[in-house]
Amino acid sequence: MTALAAILKSDRPRTDAAGDRIFRLLVGGCALLVALALLGTALSMAWGGREAFATFGWKFLTSTDWDAVNHHFGALVPIVGTVVTAFIAMLLAVPVSFGIALFLTEVAPAWLRTPIASAIELLAGIPSIIYGMWGLFVFAPFMAAHVDPWVDAHLGALPVIGMFFSGPPLGLGMLTAGIVLAIMVIPFVTSVMREVFLTVPSRLKESAYALGATTWEVAWQIVLPYTRQAVIGGIFLGLGRALGETMAVTFVLGNAHELTASLLMPGNSIAATIANEFTEADSELYRSSLVALGFLLFVVTFIVLAIAKLMLRRLDRKRGFA
Amino acid sequence: MFHSTSSRIRLAAFAAAALFGAAAHATDITGAGSTFVYPVLSKWSAAYAAKTGNHVNYQSIGSGGGIAQIKAGTVDFGASDKPLASDELAKAGLGQFPVVIGGIVPVVNVQGIASGQLKLDGATLAKIFLGEIKTWNDPAIAGLNPGVKLPDTRITVVHRSDGSGTTFNFTDYLSKVSPGWKSKVGEGTAVQWPTGIGGKGNEGVAAYVKQVRGGIGYVEYAYALQNKMSYALLRNSSGRFVQPNLDSFAAAAATADWAGARDFNLVMTNAPGAQAFPIAATTWVILYKRPKNAERSKVAFDFFKWSLEHGQPLAKSLDYVPLPESLVQRIESYWKTQFAQ
Repeated sequence: MTALAAILKSDRPRTDAAGDRIFRLLVGGCALLVALALLGTALSMAWGGREAFATFGWKFLTSTDWDAVNHHFGALVPIVGTVVTAFIAMLLAVPVSFGIALFLTEVAPAWLRTPIASAIELLAGIPSIIYGMWGLFVFAPFMAAHVDPWVDAHLGALPVIGMFFSGPPLGLGMLTAGIVLAIMVIPFVTSVMREVFLTVPSRLKESAYALGATTWEVAWQIVLPYTRQAVIGGIFLGLGRALGETMAVTFVLGNAHELTASLLMPGNSIAATIANEFTEADSELYRSSLVALGFLLFVVTFIVLAIAKLMLRRLDRKRGFA
Repeated sequence: MFHSTSSRIRLAAFAAAALFGAAAHATDITGAGSTFVYPVLSKWSAAYAAKTGNHVNYQSIGSGGGIAQIKAGTVDFGASDKPLASDELAKAGLGQFPVVIGGIVPVVNVQGIASGQLKLDGATLAKIFLGEIKTWNDPAIAGLNPGVKLPDTRITVVHRSDGSGTTFNFTDYLSKVSPGWKSKVGEGTAVQWPTGIGGKGNEGVAAYVKQVRGGIGYVEYAYALQNKMSYALLRNSSGRFVQPNLDSFAAAAATADWAGARDFNLVMTNAPGAQAFPIAATTWVILYKRPKNAERSKVAFDFFKWSLEHGQPLAKSLDYVPLPESLVQRIESYWKTQFAQ
C-alpha cells in the first residue's frame, strides 16, 4: 500500500505513459487480428461461392439436389444434417457435462477430483479422426446390433414422432453422428463448467447449506445462476465444435445427399461434404458450390449463436437481471 | 576464428558442388493427379531414379486437380482417371495416353454367400444401385443364381462419398448397360446417388460393406483382394459370367476398341471380349504437345517409355494389369505423330 502511494505521489516519467500506449496498441492489434481473420475468411468464401449464388440464387438454400453430373447444387441437405447432428450432440452433451462438473466440484471426494479432471482434459486432446475410426469400427456396429433395432421397434411405431425413429439398422446416420459428436464435445463443455463452478464463493454455498438446502438445490439455485454467463459460453464453445466437426462426422454420418426425417437414416453435413468432394470437384460451378457451402456454415453458426444470445437475454429479462 | 571460417568456406564449397553436381546429372520432373495410379507411379519412379538418377515427384491430389495443374502449366504431367475429349485436349495443346489398367469389382456382404458365388448382370446391378431391387432374394437376383439360397436381407448400397475415378468408371458401366441409370443418374466422378450410404475412399466403402449386413459396394480390385472381400461375378457383353482377375481385365484392355478412339478417349467398360471383365479402368497421363521446358519434357517421355516397356512387371506386383503389347505400340506411334519430342 505504501509502495503504491509512493508511486502515485512521484512524478511519473513520460516514458511510462508512452509504454502504456504502445501496450494498448499491441493488445488492440491482437484483438483486431481476430476480427480481420474472421471478416477476411467470410468475405473470401462469399467471393469464392459467388458463382454458385449467382447461378442458383435462393434456390441454393432450399434445393435438396446435389448432382455433379447435371450441375445442380443445393445446400439444404448438408445444412439440415449439420444442424440436426449438432442439436443431438448438445442435447446429450450439456446435461452430462453439467453432471460431471457438479460431481467434480460438489460431490466427489478430493482424492478423486484430480484424476477425473485430467482424464477429461485428455479426452479433449484426442484427434477427431480417432473418434471417427472408433465410431466406425466400434460404435456403429454396436448401434446396428443393439440400439437401432430397439429404437426402430419401440419408438418407430409411435404416432407422429415415429417418423424420426424408424429406419433400417445401418448403425450409421444422424443419431450415431450426434452421439459421437456429444462424446467429443463433453470434455470441452465439462472443463469450462468445472472451472467456473470452482469460482462460486463458498460463503454463498455454505449459507444455502446452512438454510437447509440440498446439494441439488445449491447446484440449481446458487451455483448455476452465479455462473450462468460462463456456462453458456462453454456450451457455445462445444456447439462451435459440433457444427464444424469434419472427420468424425464423415466416418459415421453415411454421407448421403438425402433429406429424411428419420434420425436412423444417413445424411450429410456441410463440413463432411466439403472434405469429401473438394479434391475431385472438376467444374468451376462445383467448386464454387462447395466454397459457398463453407460460407453457409459461417452463416449457420452465426444464426445459431445469435438465437442463443437472444434467448439468454430474454431469460435475463424474465428474471429481472437486465 | 580462422579455423571456423575456413571450415565454413569448405562446407559452402561442398554444398555448392553437391547442388550443381546433382543439377548437371539429373532432371527432376513433377506430376499431379489421380490417386488410383499413385502406388504404381511411386514404384516406377523409385526404380527409374535408381537407374537414371532422374526423380519423378508425383502428388496424388485427385484427377480433377491433376487436369487443373497441367492446364495451368505448374506440373510436367498430369494424370486422370477420366479421359479428356479430343477438342478439349486440342484447345489446351495437350495429348493423353493410358499407362496402366486396373479393375473395379462389386463387393457384397450377404450371409451364406461365399466369395465369387454370387452372379450379377449389368441391368440387375443398375437396378440395385437405383434402389429398385430392395432385397437379396428378389426374383431378378434369384433368376441369375439358380440353386443359391439367397436370404431376404435388405440390400444396402454403399458408394463413394468423395469424387473418384472409380465412381466414374462404375457409373459409366451402369450408364452403358442400363438406360434407366443413364437417364436418372448418369456418369461422373461424383453422382447423385438415388440410395445408399457413402464411404470415403476405397477403405471407407470396404469398411461399410463389411459392417452392414446386406451391403453391396464397389472397390478397386487390389483393395478387394487385400481385404479378402466377397466379390460378385458379372455377366459381360458376350453373355458370360466372368471372374474379376488380372486376366479378365487384360482381356478387356486387349479387346477394347482403341483403334476407333481418337487420343485414346475411350472408357473401356463393357468391353466386347468373351473373357473380358466388364468394369476395367485405366489412368491417362496428360502432357503438353509442345513442351514449355524441352529438357524436362524429354525426361517425362523417357520415364513413361521406360515404364511401358520395363515397368509392367512392377505394376503386376501391385495388382495392376500391364498394358497389352498392341496398345503399347499404339501409344508409341501416337507419341511419334502427336508430340514434338
